[in-house]
Amino acid sequence: MAGKTLYDKLWESHVVREESDGTCLLYIDRHLIHEVTSAQAFEGMRLAGRKAWRAASIVANPDHNTPTDHWDEGIKDPISRLQVETLDANIKDFGALVYFPFKHANQGIIHVIGPENGTTLPGTTVVCGDSHTSTHGAFGALAHGIGTSEVEHVLATQTLVAKRSQRMLVKVEGQLGKEVTAKDVALAIIGKIGTAGGNGYAIEFGGSAIRGLSMEGRMTLCNMTIEAGARAGLVAPDEKTVEYLKGRTYAPKGADWDKAVAYWSTLKSDPDAKFDAVVELDAARIEPQVTWGTSPEQVLPVGARVPNPANEPDLQKRTGIERALQYMGLAADTPISEIKVDKVFIGSCTNSRIEDLRAAAKVVKGRKKAAGVKLVLVVPGSGIVKRQAEDEGLDKVFVEAGFEWREPGCSMCLAMNADRLEPGERCASTSNRNFEGRQGAGGRTHLVSPAMAAAAAIAGHFVDIRNQF
Amino acid sequence: MKAFKQINGLVCPLDRANVDTDAIIPKQFLKSIKRTGFGPYLFDEWRYADHGEPGMDCSHRPLRQEFVLNLPRYKGAQILLTRDNFGCGSSREHAPWAIEDYGFQVIIAPSFADIFFNNCYKNGILPIVLPAAMVDRLFAECAANEGYRLSVDLESQKITFPSGESLGFDIQPHRKHCLLNGLDEIGLTLQHADEIKVFESRHKAVQPWLFA
Ligand code: SF4
Repeated sequence: MAGKTLYDKLWESHVVREESDGTCLLYIDRHLIHEVTSAQAFEGMRLAGRKAWRAASIVANPDHNTPTDHWDEGIKDPISRLQVETLDANIKDFGALVYFPFKHANQGIIHVIGPENGTTLPGTTVVCGDSHTSTHGAFGALAHGIGTSEVEHVLATQTLVAKRSQRMLVKVEGQLGKEVTAKDVALAIIGKIGTAGGNGYAIEFGGSAIRGLSMEGRMTLCNMTIEAGARAGLVAPDEKTVEYLKGRTYAPKGADWDKAVAYWSTLKSDPDAKFDAVVELDAARIEPQVTWGTSPEQVLPVGARVPNPANEPDLQKRTGIERALQYMGLAADTPISEIKVDKVFIGSCTNSRIEDLRAAAKVVKGRKKAAGVKLVLVVPGSGIVKRQAEDEGLDKVFVEAGFEWREPGCSMCLAMNADRLEPGERCASTSNRNFEGRQGAGGRTHLVSPAMAAAAAIAGHFVDIRNQF
Repeated sequence: MKAFKQINGLVCPLDRANVDTDAIIPKQFLKSIKRTGFGPYLFDEWRYADHGEPGMDCSHRPLRQEFVLNLPRYKGAQILLTRDNFGCGSSREHAPWAIEDYGFQVIIAPSFADIFFNNCYKNGILPIVLPAAMVDRLFAECAANEGYRLSVDLESQKITFPSGESLGFDIQPHRKHCLLNGLDEIGLTLQHADEIKVFESRHKAVQPWLFA
């Protein structure tokens, strides 16, 4: 009998019951909650007179609607404010293990605060009404996004009705080049398999280049798994995982810690485990990436030119390219390095952790933002990240360069608060989605790594950071 | 949840791949704390020439006449025909809420994004996966015949064409059962509450730190 994949081990250790057609009731260890996708679920609970099955599984925090400046003035938009206050009231009524209300010192993006508090642990199941829940897979946790009806289901039953996914192994072997980051690896993978390439799969990332990534890098990679169509991404826990978790507030302590570490060491795919699909990439060949279109799969190395639809034989793809170029206001064959940006956004659950801010600051130090760039927002992922960055003096580096140093939150990743692009504005962004209108109606987004975003802010256009800076 | 059994519905073709949930219902509408009323804002940026905000009365907004939902021949459509990877991106259930509120009950595509696909079933919408060649044919037939309708029967898992020809489709038995009967999944799961409790205590023995 073939061995088991990490995914299978995580799955099987959480099956409460299984129907004859393979539909399972899966036990959920951690339920992350934010304000946008939970109100209707709590309302449903109330209408049915139900209580939370295990409130101590809940980690909650508003992040999508919260402003990133003038916190003293509160949330000005009354609809956003109502949503955040609704979350306050719901947590008050139903309970939670962790709740950081708006303006709490540790508040931040839900996918940043889970890991940094040690609530995300290897061997757990983690869900959230948010597709980027895949982030937590970096710890060897089975983590994925769910809809609001499922949020209610988990609240009421501590389980999820789910069916096992196919397993895909994405193997990245070798050494990443200088200045090539987890973000570039993620974009290169999506460029290779497409945004639907992972549909129906849970992806395990393996290979020496993945093992070489820091926990922050692994989170960036797993975060972007959903952009490849896979609900869950996984990296097997190792000594870096253990090191990262040690001493965190909700990480196990004392004898439990030793027992946990021993258990976590079993969480890896067996050598003879079988995957339904295997994709291999050579780390050395991955270059800094820039998206040029309106889907994360429309991505190229920074040295390339944007595609020419005339060269695309497939009609549907050709129409897709034409439509994207038109929306992005780009002419076919334009060198990516000639694309000028109006705004730059460094933040989001993809790239707002301390390592990301350090990488951006390294490029920025002693330099100034280009005159043509209207706004550069640097938005830390959480209060903890913010304080650490300030302790290291990173905030000063940004402010001296003419960047804005903001309060934590989702910010211009999806522009539900005041941070957004105006129609036609072009942005270098460290977030995860370049969909039409994502960062503001008519806005144009190019996804890049933090260092590449910082470099674009300084130069005013995209540059290959391996040659400059 | 509303039950779904069968319909004979007008088909509306949305000829785009990778339609994401931001396009289905833009973010500003996510600020609502209700489940209803999203239909008028479905595909807001493609449908209207102005910028939509929650609470706006859509009956007076300028339309993008060329957008398929605005063409008179597709008024009242209940079946949405579209392309690969429909519903990708954000997990927002507001997307199926908007689709359902608009009046669509069936979506046909060569593939769907996982989370969206799942969310459809929770809201009485039947997403049907058909081979790409079949979807091509439906697009062609739909374009050629004004008033093109299909019959979809969930019990027998069959789509019937205007010609009388029919075609089967797949669905997981559990999902079919819930959809046919409009079952509240939470109620169903709670019938197994004892099993969940037994599991929970076993799980606690293996990973006690999760319950500390
Ligand atoms: S930062 Fe962006 S992607 Fe992440 S949770 Fe917030 S809105 Fe979603």
